[in-house]
Amino acid sequence: MQIIKDQEIVDDNWLHLEDEAELIAGDFTVSLARWQAEHDTLNKHEAGLGLRLSGDDPLEEIVPDLFRFSLIVLRFPAFTDGRCYSFARLLRDRYGFKGEIRAQGDILHDQLFYMTQCGINSFEMANPNRLASAMSAFEDFSESYQATVLKPEPLYRRRP
Amino acid sequence: MYQYDHYDQTMLDQRVTQYRDQTRRFLAGELTEEQFRPLRLMNGLYVQIHAPMLRVAIPYGLLSSRQVRKMADISRRYDKGYIHFTTRQNFQLNWPALETVPDILAELASVQMHAIQSSGNCIRNTTSDQLAGVCEGEIEDPRPWCEIIRQWSTFHPEFAYLPRKFKIAVIGNNEDRAATQLHDIGLHLVTNHEGEVGFEVLVGGGLGRTPILGQQIRPFLEKKDLLSYLEAILRVYNRLGRRDNKYKARIKITVREHGINHIRELVDAEWVQIRQQLELEEKEIERVKQYFTEPDYDVTASNDESYVQMQHEDALFARWVKQNVVDHKIAGYKIAYISLKSPQSPPGDVSAEQLDIISDLADEFSLGEIRSTHNQNLLLSDVKQGDMYALWLRLQAEGLATANMNTLTDIICCPGLDFCGLANARSIPLAKEINERFDDLDYLYDLGDIKIKMSGCMNGCAHQSVGHIGILGVDKKGEEWYQFTLGGSSEADASLGQRLGRAIPQDQVVDTVAKLLDVFKELRQQDEPFLATVRRVGVDPFKERVYADN
Repeated sequence: MQIIKDQEIVDDNWLHLEDEAELIAGDFTVSLARWQAEHDTLNKHEAGLGLRLSGDDPLEEIVPDLFRFSLIVLRFPAFTDGRCYSFARLLRDRYGFKGEIRAQGDILHDQLFYMTQCGINSFEMANPNRLASAMSAFEDFSESYQATVLKPEPLYRRRP
Repeated sequence: MYQYDHYDQTMLDQRVTQYRDQTRRFLAGELTEEQFRPLRLMNGLYVQIHAPMLRVAIPYGLLSSRQVRKMADISRRYDKGYIHFTTRQNFQLNWPALETVPDILAELASVQMHAIQSSGNCIRNTTSDQLAGVCEGEIEDPRPWCEIIRQWSTFHPEFAYLPRKFKIAVIGNNEDRAATQLHDIGLHLVTNHEGEVGFEVLVGGGLGRTPILGQQIRPFLEKKDLLSYLEAILRVYNRLGRRDNKYKARIKITVREHGINHIRELVDAEWVQIRQQLELEEKEIERVKQYFTEPDYDVTASNDESYVQMQHEDALFARWVKQNVVDHKIAGYKIAYISLKSPQSPPGDVSAEQLDIISDLADEFSLGEIRSTHNQNLLLSDVKQGDMYALWLRLQAEGLATANMNTLTDIICCPGLDFCGLANARSIPLAKEINERFDDLDYLYDLGDIKIKMSGCMNGCAHQSVGHIGILGVDKKGEEWYQFTLGGSSEADASLGQRLGRAIPQDQVVDTVAKLLDVFKELRQQDEPFLATVRRVGVDPFKERVYADN
């Protein structure tokens, strides 16, 4: 499957494991419930391990485990649900997460710019046919007023 | 007023380009109606009963004559030659074609105007006191702070998909002309015990189905912490606000469900983490303040004697001055309200021709600036008293000198069922009926300050729950009925109106208003204002009269 990652269209081989599915050898993500229930087994996994979160999940509780994950998937059940924008900001700004943060679910082309500013760097779009046209969204704006993950200083500090 | 620099203009132009492409994709079928909806809303475009409606922001109510001319021009070329001013310092075009909206936005951008975030579940246009910077007794001019908030909230990447809309108002004066207690966040510039000026912060006010007054979350916030504190509130709300039910999604419900103390703890915990990162430096505060410095007022303006003299000579002028002119902080200058509540047009509506005249008058008499008010009127903020008679004559000639500020006919009114897809009932025709029935100005002046606010549905765009007389349109088996409330206020003494009784059919609304006024006149002590009488005697005497017949 193809996704957008770091503003390029790339092949992706992460597998999003259901809670009942058997563990595999390659890179996979698990739900928060599975991570909590099978913590010890999953910790022994040698390939990439990722965690799927939604806006309902208690972000602060998993902070001590963050180092274990190379991918955090943020679920957007509806494009109008903006909670995970704050999750992304916090993961990057406050909890120093350096791995991949991926948006998954109901994501629109027109949200990529804001999501990127909040620290999300990969996107699983509902309609993979539109990946190429979505790439232009990263250039929607050349500046922003706010402090963002991309530009940690707000414009009022950068204005000459 | 604030002037865009290269950064501001570039972002605005890029927004127009972005929206042009979004509109193109929608028309080409690449975006569904549902996907396009939040995008057009964040650019101020609603789809109403007859046509789309475009809501354009007037940041904290300030307009230049050049901008107003552009508004007139746009309304002629892309609409039906008139516009409507709202209660939150926005204006609306009622008939633009969806395909032409990108062109309208480009026209607006050419005069530093926009429709960004004037709708949708995001941070809306920041509003303020229409007398900011020119009234007496101000603690500090709120306009630079509004502009700082405008910049922080514009295109904020984290807060574009909030649980619900989010409105902020700022005042610098003890009199509240911006309904700050009915905003998601209300900011009051205040002085603390050490004599420093900062902000009292209120949170969780709002109208709509569940009207609630804002509560104090912080008695004093240092100016340098303004943006970090706002960001902390927004982040807490974005995470905690309910998304399961849109009627419970405003921050007023979040505050009610969790309690102000718990919300304060959450905000403080968030705030300490970002306080340094977002600290406002003196340099930036000064940069913005330089756009709002005092103009070179003419110190000889107060030597004029014609202002008083003409009031003696011309009773019509005197009447207008008494009702529509207020004092300026500088002797010799006055502030003139232009009523948009004439019986000839719906409340808040103004024609392109009138807009052009107002622009000319602003250039000639008031430093080229015009302001819009929470009460859906306009004002000229810096008129020399010696020019006032000449100004009035010109306003009079254009039907813009209705002398009814703060009277019964200065009605706040939503577009209602005539235009709005949400409304249950009409409001504009009733406002017209009230205006026609009570057309005796001496009678109106005798009644004193009375604020009627009338909304066509529970969403309460005309703030009926804080009207001295609130009128709410409801649907009863396909018929339009109206629910009355009494004793509300949106000012410093804010309160929610009390229900008068069961709803009243449309053909009895104006009679009901007349009965309320009769009771008031009977019970009023000396020159007591309507609101004071209602507060003193309660709603019962009014109720008895209105429902006496059945």
